[in-house]
Amino acid sequence: MASGTVPNANPKATPPGGGTLASHPNDDVVMDCDIKELYYGTFKAVRDTKIPIKKNAITAFIGPSGCGKSTVLRCLNRMNDLVRGFRFKGHVKYRGKDIYDPAIDPVAVRRYIGMVFQQPNPFATSIFNNVAFGLRINNYKGNKTEKVEQALKRAALWDEVKDKLQNSGLSLSGGQQQRLCIARAVATDPEVLLMDEPCSALDPIATRRIEELMLELKTRYTIAIVTHNLQQAQRVADKTGFLYVDTTEGGRTGYLVEFGDSKEMFENPKEKHTREYIRGEFS
Amino acid sequence: MSGDKPVTAKEPSPAETLLHRAEEEAARDPFAGVDFRELELSLYRPRTLFSIILTWIVTGMTLFALIPLFAVLWMLIWRGGQKLSLALFTQLPPAPLEQGGGFGNAIVGTLLMVGLATLITVPLGVLTGVFLAQAGASRLAAAVRFSAKVLTGFPSILAGVFAYGAIVLTTGGYSAIAGGIALSILMLPTIILTAESAIAMVPAKMKEASIGLGATGTQTVWMVLLPTAMPGILTGVMLAVARAAGETAPLLFTALFSNYWLASNGRLDLMQPTASLAVLIYNFSGMPIKNQVELAWAAALVLVALVMITNLIGQSFSRQQVNQ
Repeated sequence: MASGTVPNANPKATPPGGGTLASHPNDDVVMDCDIKELYYGTFKAVRDTKIPIKKNAITAFIGPSGCGKSTVLRCLNRMNDLVRGFRFKGHVKYRGKDIYDPAIDPVAVRRYIGMVFQQPNPFATSIFNNVAFGLRINNYKGNKTEKVEQALKRAALWDEVKDKLQNSGLSLSGGQQQRLCIARAVATDPEVLLMDEPCSALDPIATRRIEELMLELKTRYTIAIVTHNLQQAQRVADKTGFLYVDTTEGGRTGYLVEFGDSKEMFENPKEKHTREYIRGEFS
Repeated sequence: MSGDKPVTAKEPSPAETLLHRAEEEAARDPFAGVDFRELELSLYRPRTLFSIILTWIVTGMTLFALIPLFAVLWMLIWRGGQKLSLALFTQLPPAPLEQGGGFGNAIVGTLLMVGLATLITVPLGVLTGVFLAQAGASRLAAAVRFSAKVLTGFPSILAGVFAYGAIVLTTGGYSAIAGGIALSILMLPTIILTAESAIAMVPAKMKEASIGLGATGTQTVWMVLLPTAMPGILTGVMLAVARAAGETAPLLFTALFSNYWLASNGRLDLMQPTASLAVLIYNFSGMPIKNQVELAWAAALVLVALVMITNLIGQSFSRQQVNQ
């Protein structure tokens, strides 16, 4: 398997925090997300969502707007910590260790669990500096040029930018910018890549490229993706979780309706809500 | 129409019917019923007339506002330019009935005191701006922001009185240091507020990207927020510098004036009364001596030129940042 070349893709790699972890019963599951209740202030945003994220696979979260799929994804690397009033009951285990444990440093978590956002968000600096950012903040001592080239190659952007690494990252097209962001995220060799609707701001051709890229990347990384696009989930995801909005308690609380193999879920959904959503009977 | 041509007894085929219909459509005038006069530009239409008049008023007002600006500039160049020579920059101010002379010490004094004030306010102001942008909603931030806003309208003479009480009286004399501190009180609020708004204007998605890559808050500030906000911060610094360079009142209380170079025993001494262009203009312009009045005009021209040069340098810096 190709993962041998990437230290972090090795199950026996040293986890963040440096301690040894209790061996997980299912080594295949890199992240085990179990959200019992999630609040923003007094607003209950998500409840009862249990999603295991499998190694070297793509796990997709689908569902209508406002169902909390992005919120769930942002729980996986503690991006929600930035939101005022965020509270959370449950656990998110990365390699068996709860990343919400008070002893865990969220900054270290995000170095192992990288993120690509909905809007391409390169920094207002050169292409090279964009990719090297992660290396700089981690005080990487090795050959930065080599690492940047490797990351750009993995993000399938190298051929397009190799002659203009000093140009601004903002001078690229939308699709290229998003691949630059992917390169930036993979430059530090994270184990998990979270993608929050990475194609929603892109045209169909750029979307296709990113999708192909995801399929390539999953041999090295574990990917979780939020998408509005059902066809996209069908095309790329191995596992899919369907979230829906529960309005019975007065608010709009998202919860997991169904989780399983994508093929199974799209061809033969078990739950009524899933069936209706996939057939487009409501939006 | 189709009824007019019973040439063949045969019923027209569906294709022929379609063809006929298409021909009919093409023959019809597509613009029948459209009154083209409505498209013509007409001054009889009230809103058109109003729009044209308003455009003239706006242009006229703009030109009118430019009159005093250019009048001042022209006056400066006309009156100050006559006296312009290299001696102005190298010689000391003349005694009352002496001819010639210059204001080299005042240029040095202004540069030094404004430079000192910039050195004090840029780190202080920019870091306060970072705090305000990051902790925007906290009560302390609200208090700081309110104070800064009040301070922007602070009468400059009060800054002078304050520095007089705080520095001149405690150190025992007028000095360049006291002048620099008085100017920094005037510069600080501008720098704080422009730095805050420049940092707050950095797109949230860039900050998210940095945090998402595992950067700490400090790394995000130094490596993403400040570099991205740099053009805006520089603009604020330039505004503050331009204001400080022209201030007279605070310097009258703190640096006073001096007819000599800013040195004692051949070494730079910041603890003695210091000349500045603004105070020189103030002193000399009121004197009933032709030579001094002419020097005041020349000093005014030099001061405006200095401020303009600083501004141009600042702009080229910020442009570089943007193009990067």
